Amino acid sequence: MEHILTPKVEEVQLLDRYTAKKPAIGTLYLTATHLIFVETSCNTRKETWIIHHHIATVEKLPLTGTGYPLNISCKNFHVVHFVIPSERYCQDVYHSLLRLSQPAKLEDLFAFLYNPKQDEDDRRNGWGFIDSAMDFKRMGLPNEFWELTDLNKNYELCSTYHSELGIPKTARKDTVLGSAKFRSRGRLPTLSYYHKESNGAICRCSQPLSGISARCLEDEEMLQAISRANPNSTFMYVVDTRPKLNAMANRAAGKGYENADNYSNIRFQFVGIENIHVMRNSLQKLLEVCAMKSPTMSDYLTGLENSGWLRHIKAVMDAGVFLAKAVADEKASVLVHCSDGWDRTAQVCSLASILLDNFYRTIKGLMVLIEKEWISMGHKFTQRCGHVDGDPKEVSPVFTQFLECVWNLMEQYPCGFEYNEKYLLEIHNHVYSCQFGNFIGNCQREREEMRLKEKTFSVWPFLWENRQQYINPLYKCSLGREVLRPSTLPLNFKFWCGMYNHFDKGMQPKQSILDHLLTIIQKRVEGEKKMTDFQRKLAVMDGVLADECTLKSRPPEQTLMPPVSVAHTSKNMQIKEETIIQLAPTAGSKQI
Amino acid sequence: MEFAELIKTPRVDGVVLRRPFQPTVEGTLCLTGHHLILSSRQDNTEELWLLHANIDCIEKRFVGTLGTIIVKCKDLRVIQLDIPGMEECLNIASSIEALSTLDSVSLMYPFFYRPMFEVIEDGWNSFLPEDSFKDLESMTDEWRLSDVNQDYCVCASYPPLVAVPKDVDDDTLRKAAAFRHAGRFPVLSYYHKKNGMVMMRSGQPLTGTNGRRCKEDEKLINATLRAGKRGYIIDTRTIAVAQQAKARGGGFESEANYPQWRRIHKAIERSSVLQESLIKLVEACNDQSHNMDRWLSKLEASNWQTHVKEILTTACLAAQCIDREGASVLVHGTEGTDSTLQVTSLAQIILDPTCRTIRGFQALVEREWLQAGHPFQQRCVQSAYGNGSSVKVRCEAPVFLLFLDCVWQILRQFPCSFQFSEHFLVLLFEHAYASQFGTFLGNSAAERAKLKLSQKTVSLWSWVNRPQEAQRLSNPLYEANSLVIWPSVAPQSLLLWEGVFLRWNRSSRCLDEAYEEMVHIIEYNKELQNKVNSLRRQLAELETDDPLQHTE
Repeated sequence: MEHILTPKVEEVQLLDRYTAKKPAIGTLYLTATHLIFVETSCNTRKETWIIHHHIATVEKLPLTGTGYPLNISCKNFHVVHFVIPSERYCQDVYHSLLRLSQPAKLEDLFAFLYNPKQDEDDRRNGWGFIDSAMDFKRMGLPNEFWELTDLNKNYELCSTYHSELGIPKTARKDTVLGSAKFRSRGRLPTLSYYHKESNGAICRCSQPLSGISARCLEDEEMLQAISRANPNSTFMYVVDTRPKLNAMANRAAGKGYENADNYSNIRFQFVGIENIHVMRNSLQKLLEVCAMKSPTMSDYLTGLENSGWLRHIKAVMDAGVFLAKAVADEKASVLVHCSDGWDRTAQVCSLASILLDNFYRTIKGLMVLIEKEWISMGHKFTQRCGHVDGDPKEVSPVFTQFLECVWNLMEQYPCGFEYNEKYLLEIHNHVYSCQFGNFIGNCQREREEMRLKEKTFSVWPFLWENRQQYINPLYKCSLGREVLRPSTLPLNFKFWCGMYNHFDKGMQPKQSILDHLLTIIQKRVEGEKKMTDFQRKLAVMDGVLADECTLKSRPPEQTLMPPVSVAHTSKNMQIKEETIIQLAPTAGSKQI
Repeated sequence: MEFAELIKTPRVDGVVLRRPFQPTVEGTLCLTGHHLILSSRQDNTEELWLLHANIDCIEKRFVGTLGTIIVKCKDLRVIQLDIPGMEECLNIASSIEALSTLDSVSLMYPFFYRPMFEVIEDGWNSFLPEDSFKDLESMTDEWRLSDVNQDYCVCASYPPLVAVPKDVDDDTLRKAAAFRHAGRFPVLSYYHKKNGMVMMRSGQPLTGTNGRRCKEDEKLINATLRAGKRGYIIDTRTIAVAQQAKARGGGFESEANYPQWRRIHKAIERSSVLQESLIKLVEACNDQSHNMDRWLSKLEASNWQTHVKEILTTACLAAQCIDREGASVLVHGTEGTDSTLQVTSLAQIILDPTCRTIRGFQALVEREWLQAGHPFQQRCVQSAYGNGSSVKVRCEAPVFLLFLDCVWQILRQFPCSFQFSEHFLVLLFEHAYASQFGTFLGNSAAERAKLKLSQKTVSLWSWVNRPQEAQRLSNPLYEANSLVIWPSVAPQSLLLWEGVFLRWNRSSRCLDEAYEEMVHIIEYNKELQNKVNSLRRQLAELETDDPLQHTE
């Protein structure tokens, strides 16, 4: 590729991030997609691979005694410090990485190059693996209150929404059109989640163009329609996720928030989540804390506090919990917005969905949720992740915060989720890697224009294939449709070492309970297979089973084995225990 | 004294018990000599049995004639009792106050407790110094067991038998003892089988301002060095604190007099500072009105995690000197009964896999804490709620709790390397502060002998080592690991010990459920593998027994 000036540099040092340990020496390679460091100073071939798109910053530092330092920080929080022997090579690598990490055009992203050995059909089917529209069906739509409309099929109503939108059945066409006109960027109120049990709904939109005093009858009608779609409540909540001050400042620009006097039976509420700029700066400060060399406990805790990061995570969680409680406990519907309704709103709606619905706590359910609330509702992945060279002020860790909230829930509910931490980390990796097409583009329309489904692969089938690694062995689906009511006391929020210090293995527990249990689950599957096999052989010897040929004609795995894929619930483990007991008498076979 | 004198109202009906995350219970409150009991008569499962000794402090409140007593326990639990009737409430409160602060040790519950279980193995004899010395003898002949302290005259806080270098006679020991704080001359703490290096502990040398020296002390510790080898003296205090100690007759080993030793100063705080830290930490954990910033800043200001990090860092240093540097180590602070023991016992957890077993850990607590003269009685007289208002000299301090916290940190980082689970650590914390067993009574071996604890009370180890209890405390993930385990002491790696500090501040339902599920998965798999093996054997037997059958 034209950007690679020097594809290979030898005698490069890889420094330890924290200590003055002897650096590793090796060879640095630049390929079209990766930076690879192969250690030559040790006997075992140790390799470090970094996908170019993961690189957030490359920094050249002044010459040191041993060479030219080059510091690389990645979007998955991997930090590597190289020392390159010659200035020219350092310069070359630096410039190449700048170009490679953030190409000028979307078409230069890895996804358009990536081609696993799959045929065209597999690729096309892969894109159909997760269909967010199907999720509405799962929720019971259409029903007597809600329906799907194709008013946005050409993205005329709202260019950043999906083409299929859930709206109240009683909302007339002109109500919908009028409401869209009164909302910033046409992002009209639309259904995010419908809670069958309570009839409560979570809807989302952008801020109204209310300014100081403007009002819009259609918008008021629209909210009324949403409220009436829930026979269980006489009112509905309108939640503005911004701090009140920010929302008020928007009024001067002709935007703002709902005037409760104009809307009947709404309860208006601010929840005070900060904007993308505050979040970006907060993450920066958090990463500075992570990068401190041998900090004292005080430095660390003070740094953590000053970064404000956990405060923001708690704010998002609080808002999610507020929504879930309103729907589940008060049986009320909620309309959520922030400014544009694609950052904070996405965080809060998706979090509330997880709290309310066990489906989103499954491996496939989380895919559906991300597809539905983030990708199809226009979270601007291209800009927020900084996939291509663009305005750095548009970059913000909004999606990362969502994953962190989920991780915090997993910590409080260790049996409540089908997936484990690795799953969240892998999703996070792929949001930034651009290896798959899912997280490229800012909205559905852009993705269609780019013809991503024809040119790239979907990440979901890939994750599904590897789902064995992502299973939480402790998952109990018997928890069923229980609504999660996490505690949001500050002491329940922990620093996510597995994310922000993921590559600093020394800081992680040296033995992982998760890995240990995953190995056991694997052994269990093998053990169960062996057991059935032995029992079958014994039965044949006993003459209980006539002959082996008939057995072979059966599909062996399907009838005798439980599916390997999902975590076994304690319930079916119980059943298997019984089988052990029942089959135990075969031990007497010798006497026959 | 009769307990009845202290109990003005032995029984009140209609008392309401409120506890966070548990249903409210109404019932009859009874006071006995050692227990506060609340029993709801309808349902016997909802009973509260609280040892008076577990009560750290109480607060009274009145609304009309309804009195409320808030009971704050040493295990950090806080409960509320609503008592109808002002007089009853006052009587109950004053009785609790009197009964929970009994001066005389011999009135404590362990002297009255009769075990409801069969004592299979008397814990008082489970970990005798003679036995542990036998293990040492099997590895080396460079040490001997000295009975110089047989009558506790040389050192009041040492046990009658201590391990010392073979070539050093008792007379030298006596002289060295005179040169060390409270007579705590250097004794063997740990022998590292892998390379023969040792860890010793002592009190500070009494050099004073004029730099006194003691040839016998020098001889004693030099006798532990191999020819041409150097050793490390780890002083758990900062150099500034150690300097100040000189003014009070203490001090540290000067390099001139101990040329074969390199001195390293660390910064483990004194016990009074640790107590303040515990009080602040528990206050922060219990205040649910905090926002995030306030919580983090209070957590930081409590300094608890700083102490954890300091202690672990020092223990790692000691272990490193021994295992990596191949050097012997002498550890001391001021008295040698607090920070010194934290360091020597944690270093052994890191170095010696035996200490990570259930019995090995008991032996370690027995050897490095009880026998080594950690003043449990003094340190555990109050916990986080005791503001020590009435006490003249404050001597309570969570030294042992900090040690347990550090063990928990290592356990969290190496969840498969310990035979015991977190439950064991929590249990030791509880029993150190209030117990029906005599193990943690007294401040030293001498005091325990005088109290005749081994005849008059039951040992905690007698209970713990029953098979069903050992099973409950064992770690399902355990796979014996003979390696040295190096914990990370980066702040990110050290967490707040939720099992103790947040135990009463949140619902444990989901976490308990997860633990049970984990046990279930492991047990099921074990059963399954056994079954597979037995089937395999059967099959193999059948095949060899009757080869014809197979071909039929």
